[in-house]
Amino acid sequence: MTAKKIIIEPVTRVEGHGKVTIHLDDKGQVTDAKLHIVEFRGFERFIQGRPFWEVPVTIQRLCGICPVSHHLAAAKAMDLIVGVDKLTPTAEKMRRLMHYGQMFQSHALHFFHLCSPDLLFGFDADVGIRNVVGVAAKYPELAVQGVMMRRYGQEIIKATAGKKIHGTGAIPGGINKNLSIAERDALLKEIDQQMAWSKAALKIAKDYTVDHLELAKAFASFESSHLTLIREDGAMDLYHGNLRAIDKDGNRIFDQVNYQQYADYIAEEVRDYSYMEFPFIRSIGPENGWYRVGPLARVNACDFIDTPLAEAARKEFMAVTGGKPNHLSLGYHWARMIELLHSAEKIQMLLNDPDLQGEDLVLKGERRGEAVGLIEAPRGTLFHHYKVNENDQVTMCNLIVSTTSNNEPMNRAVSSVAKKYLSGVEITEGLLNHVEVAIRAYDPCLSCATHALGRMPLEVSVLDCAGNVLSRKATN
Amino acid sequence: MSDEIKFSIDGVEIKAIPGQTILQAADAAGVYIPRLCAHRQLSPHGSCRVCTVKVNGRPQAACTQPAAPGIIVENNTDEMKAVRTSIVDMLFVEGNHFCMFCEKSGNCELQAMAYRLGIAAPQHEYLFPSRPLDASHPEVFIDRNRCILCGRCVRAAKELDNKNVFQFVGRGIHKHIAVNAEHGLSETDLAGVDRAVSACPVGAILRKRVGYSIPVGERLYDKQPIGSDIEADRSSAGK
Ligand code: SF4
Repeated sequence: MTAKKIIIEPVTRVEGHGKVTIHLDDKGQVTDAKLHIVEFRGFERFIQGRPFWEVPVTIQRLCGICPVSHHLAAAKAMDLIVGVDKLTPTAEKMRRLMHYGQMFQSHALHFFHLCSPDLLFGFDADVGIRNVVGVAAKYPELAVQGVMMRRYGQEIIKATAGKKIHGTGAIPGGINKNLSIAERDALLKEIDQQMAWSKAALKIAKDYTVDHLELAKAFASFESSHLTLIREDGAMDLYHGNLRAIDKDGNRIFDQVNYQQYADYIAEEVRDYSYMEFPFIRSIGPENGWYRVGPLARVNACDFIDTPLAEAARKEFMAVTGGKPNHLSLGYHWARMIELLHSAEKIQMLLNDPDLQGEDLVLKGERRGEAVGLIEAPRGTLFHHYKVNENDQVTMCNLIVSTTSNNEPMNRAVSSVAKKYLSGVEITEGLLNHVEVAIRAYDPCLSCATHALGRMPLEVSVLDCAGNVLSRKATN
Repeated sequence: MSDEIKFSIDGVEIKAIPGQTILQAADAAGVYIPRLCAHRQLSPHGSCRVCTVKVNGRPQAACTQPAAPGIIVENNTDEMKAVRTSIVDMLFVEGNHFCMFCEKSGNCELQAMAYRLGIAAPQHEYLFPSRPLDASHPEVFIDRNRCILCGRCVRAAKELDNKNVFQFVGRGIHKHIAVNAEHGLSETDLAGVDRAVSACPVGAILRKRVGYSIPVGERLYDKQPIGSDIEADRSSAGK
């Protein structure tokens, strides 16, 4: 057990600044920009040799921000390891409820605490106001809603996983509890209110984007491919499905790919300036095969959403781009709120489903040696790939987290902002602000990005073509 | 009974029968003395020292010290609690105990003891030892990272299962639990149902593939603090 990882990494992450470098050519023009994300691959080593049933719980230490997604992705892989291809209805629905609860609280947190200050006060507003405290002062009811929605999502997680953080609910082959009548009724009591707040949040995001469409089109907007899980009938499915990738025009690059074969379609490249691996679509190649994941990709790539309110919202969203994929980085906020509402609708449906009180919780099958678990985490497609030996020990683990997939898109977003707002080598407050807003649209899972009270701790450097630092400025 | 022994624990009169240890007499009377290496069905070991009490002013292990007429035992005092806290604290930092993720969590006596003693975070520095796992057995695995060297497995195998499976090897900080086979647990005659497996108070010896099957809230110490089963006997024992 390399225990050091557990203690040191989160501390490093909390204290670390997101590092951005902007690169100039010999004429002083911006060529590109990079967001340096230190990804913690330590976990893949840490679980070497550990018993496989432990992984869905221990993997949650990897990420303090969306532990439930890791819990479920690992559990989905371990279902296959214990030979279970299809869970009991109670187990699958409990896990779905857990997942929608996580999606709901994560999207609510991002919107109210991190994004709403930018939308409500404008990107250029003083950072002294443009934060969650500022929102609480000017729009107290919104700040309260954010807190209440987050809490509601956490209550769902507690009722399904056992605890608000680091629960144990999903176990290989099923779930360890059902939803009691008391738990169900407590959650049902609040669902109408949560639904109403979700609609209101969606309206803020939509109105903002529609009202500022020209700004949004000019801000960190660029064409890309999109990747997501998709249900067999083409519906958005955040918990399970097959892989679909579309190009910038919405044409399918591949579709309904069984994710056990993900490695035939997605490859990873390591670049020297970052520990992070850059995944790309094999058939396109490392140069142009990068893609976006997350709310924008999911709304763009699905054929429809199977809940009525979110589907109506999706149609409005797609109408803005005439049915073609939307490539606005700021479009993420709107798409995220469509998913928030979709999650609320799904939660409501599940709470009314008597299967959740079923007693059939776990299945067993024939042990397998290798499996992949995928889920659409709040920030995008999350890949977990494991090999397990005959002694039940994990011998291989490969993870592709959503922020890894979105690394290149975030580089493009920053680069586009830099081209627009950098003149000379001086890093202005305005540039810092815009870089921050661009990165934040992707909701990267850097602890610094979810720095709830202040601004995102960022350090921006401008480098000449020889790699010399010309200027450097950090948010404080 | 004429050969009944009377003594006191924290001022409460306790009756014992000859041959009982202080811990056994206290248990019978419904007075809980914290312990980790002691187990009702196993011979006393006296190794963990969590059951340290003061007998007529001198520290003794309650699990090995015989009950004697008229002795004055101090158990639930601030001084004894401080001693136990310090011992449990050291057990935590000597191994790799990550309760938040451990499958024994909620059913673990070490964790439950820490809760009972009010230990939120260890005072000593973690040693982060690197200790091997033995997963060779089809039904049982050993994670030495969580072993507290209580010796219960050694005794349970010998005394209850009539098998010679576990033994201690090494000294001091290098002391560890070993199996009586060259290539690991799979070469021993241990079975998954053996008492040696269930006797482990922590997550060091575990049945495979059980994992987290008991939900949070339903685990043993989610419902009651460690020792409360003994304390629940107090009223009936007093009669
Ligand atoms: S393996 Fe368990 S029972 Fe055996 S000595 Fe270690 S802690 Fe005690």
